[in-house]
Amino acid sequence: MRDRFVNQALTKWMEGTGKESEIVISSRVRLARNLCDIPFPNVAAAEQTKAVVSQVEGAIKDAEIEQTSGELIFVNLEELEPLDRLVLVDKHLISPQHAEEAAGKGLILRADEAVSVLINEEDHLRIQCLFPGLQLEEAWDLASRIDDLLESKLDFAFDEKLGYLTACPTNVGTGLRASVMMHLPALVLTNQASRVLASLSQIGMTVRGLYGEGTDATGNLFQISNQVTLGRSEEEIISNLVVVATQLIDHERMARQVLLKETKPQLEDRVCRAYGTLTSARIINSQEAMTLLSNVRLGIDLGIIQGVSPQVLNEMLVLTRPAFLQKLAGRELSPFERDVQRASLIRERFSLDG
Amino acid sequence: MFCDECKKRPATVHVTKIVNGQKSEVNLCEECARAHHKEWSMAYDDNFPINKFLAGLLGFDTGKTASSVNLNLHAPGKCEHCGANYNQISQTGRLGCHQCYDRFQDKVEPLLRRVQGSNRHTGKVPKRSGGSIRLQREIQNLRARLQQHVSNEEFEQAARLRDQIRELEKGMAE
Ligand SMILES: [Zn+2]
Ligand SMILES: [Zn+2]
Repeated sequence: MRDRFVNQALTKWMEGTGKESEIVISSRVRLARNLCDIPFPNVAAAEQTKAVVSQVEGAIKDAEIEQTSGELIFVNLEELEPLDRLVLVDKHLISPQHAEEAAGKGLILRADEAVSVLINEEDHLRIQCLFPGLQLEEAWDLASRIDDLLESKLDFAFDEKLGYLTACPTNVGTGLRASVMMHLPALVLTNQASRVLASLSQIGMTVRGLYGEGTDATGNLFQISNQVTLGRSEEEIISNLVVVATQLIDHERMARQVLLKETKPQLEDRVCRAYGTLTSARIINSQEAMTLLSNVRLGIDLGIIQGVSPQVLNEMLVLTRPAFLQKLAGRELSPFERDVQRASLIRERFSLDG
Repeated sequence: MFCDECKKRPATVHVTKIVNGQKSEVNLCEECARAHHKEWSMAYDDNFPINKFLAGLLGFDTGKTASSVNLNLHAPGKCEHCGANYNQISQTGRLGCHQCYDRFQDKVEPLLRRVQGSNRHTGKVPKRSGGSIRLQREIQNLRARLQQHVSNEEFEQAARLRDQIRELEKGMAE
């Protein structure tokens, strides 16, 4: 049974390893690059788009690159089923727009999906490294080395003053977007989250709830990324984000201790009820599932629940999404059928550990 | 105050962004804010939420609002390389090609200062195509360090750096 999870769902970032993996789910670094002399994808003609795909595909098939990045597989998005493309969205590998309009778009992937290159999304290339835990420096280092090797064969649009030129002016300069996905349940429970997170926008960070509605992050998951890409070096951007993430980790840890100390019975009640519901429910929607999984994860981190692996939250984040449920079922499901399927999948997953 | 987006309903949602001390504001009605809300909660794309917002900014730069700029027939020409015109760019918030940065420099520059807080790249330089820029940057860095050593009266280190700089400058001249 575990095979089914391992073979179909697990991606490197869900492993639950890496530094501070108790609070930081994943770290991502993305570099936007464009080829000289071909218009950006939003303007490029079909044959120009094709030329980009073949140039990048040609450049990436290189022993030196594979030595650095690991073996890479080229996927033509047009050849994938729409549902498979949505699964890639759920795994945070491609954007919803990339999935919707697949024409002329490509994706290069390492088997564990920790390294990927998107071709012809908003920019000609988006080099991504997505690692579990707090590993921003590691992700930047690898992305930058792959960038160097690609640059040795491809002419990137670069301006002495403005740096790497991108379709959207919000990416120009370094083309670097670094982000961390953090699980911050105690900051939310102690009503500190909105204040703490709002203050981040004042230091050039963007905060978004994951799969959530605006600031109400589903499952208490928040993605924090740099807003500014120009005027700071890559190292500065990365180290600023590491500092911010580290401070948030400290805040979250303190809040957890306060909760344990001041409201232990309520906390245990919340956690155990969540566990009870997840292991018995027959119908569950995505929002409820995420909220309860977040509570269970907090319970695991604080030792209230034992014998359940902490990465259950990471896995379920993707496994319980509509696209993945339908992928598992092998057919389209109505919202109600999905809620049933989701509940059964969660029970099954918990029974593996319990 | 009316909504920046639809210009029809009163604005009830105000979003303030502060980057490097530069403040910018978006005022939306509840309905348009909800539409934005969906964008903000997109699971994946990092700069998605800002695109519309940006298109607005590009519009404001011409002294007009975003939607009226779409109809502006006196747009300042188009990019010879990719054919994109300024209307297109201000609608989508995206440029058409790398030469658009040159072509629409007078529009892009102030925008960059506003959303990025800077208009000068200080990061990585590509090895191959950025050969001489790379050397220049390195020389600049070494000069700054040299200055530091001189003011600390660390003359031995300073002399070593001076030699290094000379070496690099020789490389540039070749
Ligand atoms: Zn409106
Ligand atoms: Zn152009």
